[in-house]
Amino acid sequence: MHKRRSHSMNSKLLLAGAMLTIFVTAFPARASLGGDTASVQADQLYMQGTRQTIAAESYTVHEIQAGAGAVVREYVSPAGKVFGLAWHGRWPPNMRQLLGSYFEQYVQAAKAQSGYRRGRRPLMIEQPGLVVQMGGHPRAFAGMAYVPEMLPPGVRAEEIQ
Amino acid sequence: MKELRAFLIFSVSMACAFSVGCGGGGSSSTSSQTITSSGTNVASISVNGGPLGDYDDAAFASLTVCVPGTSTCQTVDNILVDTGSSGLRILSSALTVSLPPQNASNGNPVFECFPFVSGYTWGPVQIADVEIAGEKASSAPIEVIGTNTPVPTGCLDLGLPSSDTLDTLGANGILGVGLSAQDCGPDCPTSIYYECPSSSCQGISQSLAQQVPNPVSLFSTDNNGVIVELPSVSGGEEASVSGSLVFGIATEANNALGGATVYTADSSGSFTTTYNNVAYNESFIDSGSNGFYFLDSGLAGMPLCGDESGFYCPSGTVNISATNRGTNGTSGTVNFSIASADALFSSNDSALSDLGGPSSGGNLFDWGLPFFFGRNVFVAIQGQNAPGGTPPYWAY
Repeated sequence: MHKRRSHSMNSKLLLAGAMLTIFVTAFPARASLGGDTASVQADQLYMQGTRQTIAAESYTVHEIQAGAGAVVREYVSPAGKVFGLAWHGRWPPNMRQLLGSYFEQYVQAAKAQSGYRRGRRPLMIEQPGLVVQMGGHPRAFAGMAYVPEMLPPGVRAEEIQ
Repeated sequence: MKELRAFLIFSVSMACAFSVGCGGGGSSSTSSQTITSSGTNVASISVNGGPLGDYDDAAFASLTVCVPGTSTCQTVDNILVDTGSSGLRILSSALTVSLPPQNASNGNPVFECFPFVSGYTWGPVQIADVEIAGEKASSAPIEVIGTNTPVPTGCLDLGLPSSDTLDTLGANGILGVGLSAQDCGPDCPTSIYYECPSSSCQGISQSLAQQVPNPVSLFSTDNNGVIVELPSVSGGEEASVSGSLVFGIATEANNALGGATVYTADSSGSFTTTYNNVAYNESFIDSGSNGFYFLDSGLAGMPLCGDESGFYCPSGTVNISATNRGTNGTSGTVNFSIASADALFSSNDSALSDLGGPSSGGNLFDWGLPFFFGRNVFVAIQGQNAPGGTPPYWAY
């Protein structure tokens, strides 16, 4: 009896382990923009940073601080979704990590902007579904990104900084 | 509170946008500018559209790279002069000499992914004697841009465009003569330098001594900084203008600080620009930015151009004042103008003194190449001695 029960426990653990594996495979530990609060934790883990939460009237700001002065602020709506990001630091952040499912759209738009007219200038992407801006120079980069239709009512884009 | 602040900023900037001399303060006289044209520490530079002829507002120089310790050399022209970064980067397609690689201690060749806001450069670090005017940086690591070695994930994940070809770079290379002696600095993250055995590249934390240096810091003399000297642009736009890149500050008879005011920068190369009583404390002077980039359309009170949202298109010329303040407490007012980028681009002129656009992704004013027209700008390298203050600093 004892033996059977133990076997059953092991099966449950195996099953749980398998489910966890499936979960991790299906939802890689990234995708902040548009993601939920768990994705903020994933970013914190990736950055190996500390996190503090600041409550505002219409949203919550999760501020992640990592080494060498790198800071990422993630703006989470009352519905629990990351609608905006702001960052600054000596070097650009891992945008695949931060933008998640919006990363490819960003890459294509950044490439299109750079091909528009020759010259070195800040990044300004304003598409219906995605805004990304970045400025600065080596050793001091700063930028922000948001999804316009995800802004909670009454929240202005300028608040993401 | 934030809404009130934003409203006030918007209101004041709207008033400013249509009034000459808003913000008050002194003007930067250009009548006394002297451009040094001769000396072993003087290289010619030209704002002329670059190798493809269509690059707005960038200064280009010519330099020579040699296999270290030999007379096997090559002159490379159309190198963009960038005070916003440090280090020499040259397109592999523009190089005919074969330079030795920099190897890590385990013998693997070192590569670099160097990010700029406008795009990253990727390629091997190689060693060269770099000669410009009468100056020489011996056995300097440089980045050779463009390679068959695949770009590593850590570089691709930045999501930046690649600037690895003549078409995407618009120059044969970049001469970074900025505020720092090395390109990456202490605590360089593993997303910048890589060692690349034949299998795949691994990020490494490159020591300061192994990093790509500001070549000026390796000169035997005249190694504490540079002066960028460009004349004013007549009528706001000219086909091209020429000036000088002078090496050293107060090291020769031709590079005295003179009456220039010193604005010291913080360790990341920033100072504070105040506009309409709002301080932007990550501001910088950068010959490698090809315009005045600041604020957003609403705060600046200027519309974006139609298709090209990266530029401002006011209906007339807008005069603006802002105040720069160094970390040494020195402050001074800068007056500048923004004209319609669409109108400026309708000519084939390459020197455009009133070109600007938004840079709202940060807390900054980006004083790009137009800032340099009509004033000599000193750039003193961190860790070196220079008169008038403790580098890193700008003076003008």
